Amino acid sequence: MKKLPIWFWQVALLVAIFVGWHLLTVPGLVPPFYFDDENKASFFFGEPLKIFKVIFVWFADGEIYAHLWVTLQETALAFVIGTLLGLGIGLWLGLSNTMSAILDPYIKALNAMPRVILAPIFMVWFGLGIWSKVALGVTLVFFIVFFNVYQGVKEVSPVVLNNARMLGANASQLLRFVYLPSATSWVFSSLHTSVGMAFVGAVVGEYLGSAKGVGYLIHQAEGSFDINTVFAGILVLTLCALLLDFAVTLAENKLLKWRPQQAETETT
Amino acid sequence: MTPALSLEKISVTFTGKSGGAGYTAVKDTSLNIADGEFVSIVGPTGCGKSTLLNIAAGLLRPSSGTVQVFGEPLAGLNARAGYMFQSESLMPWRSALANVTAGLQFRGVDAADAARQGEEWLERVGLGGFGHRYPHELSGGMRKRCALAQMLILDPKIMLMDEPFSALDIQTRQLMENELLELWNANRKSVLFITHDLEEAISMSDRVVVLAAGPATRPIGEFRIDLPRPRDVAEIRMTPRFLELHEQIWHAMKEEVLKGYAQTRNKVPA
Repeated sequence: MKKLPIWFWQVALLVAIFVGWHLLTVPGLVPPFYFDDENKASFFFGEPLKIFKVIFVWFADGEIYAHLWVTLQETALAFVIGTLLGLGIGLWLGLSNTMSAILDPYIKALNAMPRVILAPIFMVWFGLGIWSKVALGVTLVFFIVFFNVYQGVKEVSPVVLNNARMLGANASQLLRFVYLPSATSWVFSSLHTSVGMAFVGAVVGEYLGSAKGVGYLIHQAEGSFDINTVFAGILVLTLCALLLDFAVTLAENKLLKWRPQQAETETT
Repeated sequence: MTPALSLEKISVTFTGKSGGAGYTAVKDTSLNIADGEFVSIVGPTGCGKSTLLNIAAGLLRPSSGTVQVFGEPLAGLNARAGYMFQSESLMPWRSALANVTAGLQFRGVDAADAARQGEEWLERVGLGGFGHRYPHELSGGMRKRCALAQMLILDPKIMLMDEPFSALDIQTRQLMENELLELWNANRKSVLFITHDLEEAISMSDRVVVLAAGPATRPIGEFRIDLPRPRDVAEIRMTPRFLELHEQIWHAMKEEVLKGYAQTRNKVPA
């Protein structure tokens, strides 16, 4: 038997999940064995075909685009602002031992705090528009980037540093040509997590109070027990997250070309 | 004539942890290197050879004593010296060419001009056509060549080398030693070369200085190497004069090596 490629099995698994979902939820296909009523399964878990129909209508009517656009905007802004703040403050504290010693307990406290509960405060401060969601995303992204940059600065090889100094680099050149590249490499290694967190911040923010965005759609549908629309929203979000992750992988491959890959072989 | 590098009664004491007694790595060491002279320092492992080199580079301040570079007291980093490190010193995020031209960039040399010089130097150390590769895409020997070019492109008057080839296999190592000698012959700089390998020291140097086992190391012997130049490091090892010198210096070193070995052994918790 010829060996089938991995993607075949991946697709087959996806199909199996949806077929199973379909068989177990559509009333009348399989006799109810857990719920006492054959309509209950579809009430709690939705029906794949109806979910696809909702998604299809969203895209066909174009209703979803405005919501997606808002969610992506919030994600992008949260990611950029959070990364820049994390990079700047990470570099600063990484290079200044006194400041990092003073601020250490505060950083730890802020990081330990469950930041999602800040969402209501941000809504009071920034209103129901995109900026309260951006703020929430920033608080999530910032710490990931900050800790990575801080670590990156602390772990610059002393030999590389001394070598650069012997080659004549002054303090600002060391920052620009040694600390910054070293720190950015750490930022990129945390890119997957931080983009994901920006997305989480945007959706959770929308869910808690907004007038636009995919999180808002889900929240609305939930209010009317429209489970199919809720699942449709979740699927669209998952797809978006996968696309974002793919984009990050592309960016990573381009920017971290200098990093050794495992078991790399020569291709000429 | 003023020596290129002069260490005068250098002592280095590292402060002990949590107020404990300091560790004296180097004590009362004086060393002069003439302009264009190739001097090697040999000694048992952990005796403070690298400490001495860091003092000469200005990366470390001596606890007492003075360092003079071409007659001027050294303040801050030694700008006339190039330093080749024992471990990986290339910037991993820069290509070979960008690494080689880093020093020129720091000095504000025009980028096109720097790239041209960089290509020239890559060619000279046998890395022509490898300029676009990143350090992890180069072999250990190629990375050393790259580091050598990175140092030499700045035309330092003094070269400080800290066991630069110790991580290489023996064939690559002899190849690199010969190349270094060739480059040095073409444009004689003062070299302070640290090694624990006596054969390497004798085959390359004009003078070999033997350090005592640490702590508080100091020179215990100095040997002029009167082997003819140009030399081939592999061939010269077979000559009677080389063996004679090796015998002499080894005799002086042996006791210290054993002492150093005993110390490291005693450090192992029972």
